[in-house]
Amino acid sequence: MDVYLPIANLSVNGLVIVLLGGLTGLLSGMFGVGGGFLTTPLLIFYGVPPTVAAASAASQVTGASVSGVFAHSRRGGVDYQMGGVLVAGGIVGTGIGSLLFRLFSALGQIDTVINILYVVLLGSIGTLMARESIQTLRAARSGAAPSPRKRRHHPLVAHLPLRWRFYRSGLYISPLAPLLLGLLTGIATMLMGIGGGFMMVPAMLYILGMSANVVVGTSLFQILFVTMATTMMHALTTKAVDLVLAVLLLIGSVSGAQIGAQLAQKASPVRLRLLLAVIVLLVAARMALGLTYHPDELFTVNPL
Amino acid sequence: MFVRFWLALLALLMLTGARDPILVPDVSQHDVEIRHDFNGTSLLLFGAILSPDGTRAGQDYDIVVVLEGPARPIVLRQKSRVAGVWINADSAIFRSVPSFYAVASSRPLKDIVDERTADIYELGLDALQLSPSDSIDPAAQERFSTGLVDLMKRGGLYSQNQHAVTVTGQVLYQAHIYLPSSVQTGSYTAETFAISHGRVVASAISRVEVRKLGLDLAIADFAQHSAFLYGLLAVTISVAMGWVAGRFFALT
Repeated sequence: MDVYLPIANLSVNGLVIVLLGGLTGLLSGMFGVGGGFLTTPLLIFYGVPPTVAAASAASQVTGASVSGVFAHSRRGGVDYQMGGVLVAGGIVGTGIGSLLFRLFSALGQIDTVINILYVVLLGSIGTLMARESIQTLRAARSGAAPSPRKRRHHPLVAHLPLRWRFYRSGLYISPLAPLLLGLLTGIATMLMGIGGGFMMVPAMLYILGMSANVVVGTSLFQILFVTMATTMMHALTTKAVDLVLAVLLLIGSVSGAQIGAQLAQKASPVRLRLLLAVIVLLVAARMALGLTYHPDELFTVNPL
Repeated sequence: MFVRFWLALLALLMLTGARDPILVPDVSQHDVEIRHDFNGTSLLLFGAILSPDGTRAGQDYDIVVVLEGPARPIVLRQKSRVAGVWINADSAIFRSVPSFYAVASSRPLKDIVDERTADIYELGLDALQLSPSDSIDPAAQERFSTGLVDLMKRGGLYSQNQHAVTVTGQVLYQAHIYLPSSVQTGSYTAETFAISHGRVVASAISRVEVRKLGLDLAIADFAQHSAFLYGLLAVTISVAMGWVAGRFFALT
């Protein structure tokens, strides 16, 4: 089934794109992450121009996170106050990200920057997640009761001025910390076409020290609004949002997300985290190879 | 003054007196329409060669057909290995790069015309005038233009086919040229050359319009001209689809 993409200016197999959306939707439903970290590289690999891929993947992440946010908010799993601060930071971040995008495009280094960001971010977070889940699995096997980790925010966070009470997160910290966190994920969303859930969740747990039952819901809430802002920002600046591509991806991902959510209820969370870590590390390794191996194409054409 | 008049008259006589053939070219499709199911199309460029009195030409001509897309300025970047990582290290600007270029001929081009004639009429990929900006040295220019032509060739946007033109009965010629789905929209020119003994004796142009139509035109226009509303539409569609799917699966 050939479908012409009017913004990307090429024809793709529609079924392949729907399946691709389905695969990333499945991941997003299972792990509570957007799945953009897989969509963008796979689209580029398929031949879609990198800018169009990043711009259109953002709207796919929006779709995948909507139903998640509804589900979590029904059972009180969203801290709207914390979410609001994160979103505010995230929107400023998309603005900064869009300036960086333009700067690196003008220098001709945007692809390299995106690749390096992927390798560094996915590599480090994948390693962290893998280590943590292996330790938990090992502890469970040896029969030792998992020592309840004392929930505490990072010492640096305590030094920030101005403190707010975040009741649902069980925190009394400076709003500057989540604002900064939101800002960084906003930049990443704009540059990489990812929602940033896989960065956000560990940061909320280990840096902010939020209580675990609101982490996924609040992260999805932030992703929802920041990817919406990203789509707007791309539509206004790069004009690279391909509606046809986005709809094809959405068809796959919204259904995949639901199936994934049902699967996730049957599996153990630790094993799920380990699986996600492995996938994240595989993507990082593929990107690292792409940076260091002799590329197929030495030349790239950009219109002036 | 007098000498010049006679020279002009002589030239006129030579032009009309020489039995140069008449070329009547045409294209199977003057409008290539890009719709949602567009995945490339094949164009048939055909026509007739006649002698000035309208009969069959009666002589073997070499026919070269060139289809060229709208030109645009580009920056071409070349990757090199820097500290173990492949990054764009060098770049060159070309002021006029055709977005599409296909040349079809009845025999290998180098057997039909010499290098100078090929350069004058831009016949063949080696003779393309890409107008590089003159701030880089000739060796680098050469490297970049070779890289560009190679890249476009592998993308299916540049091609040179030595035996794609068939001439039947010394009158009719035809050539197939394939336009891939990644072609730019705009005005394309199809130029036909009749060449005899290394000299271009006749040439004629026909035009092909490539444009988006229907939904694809609407989307491309919308994204370009009302960026804010377009973004809003994209966001609304994403939220609505996510919501509907959530509802649908909650029921089942």
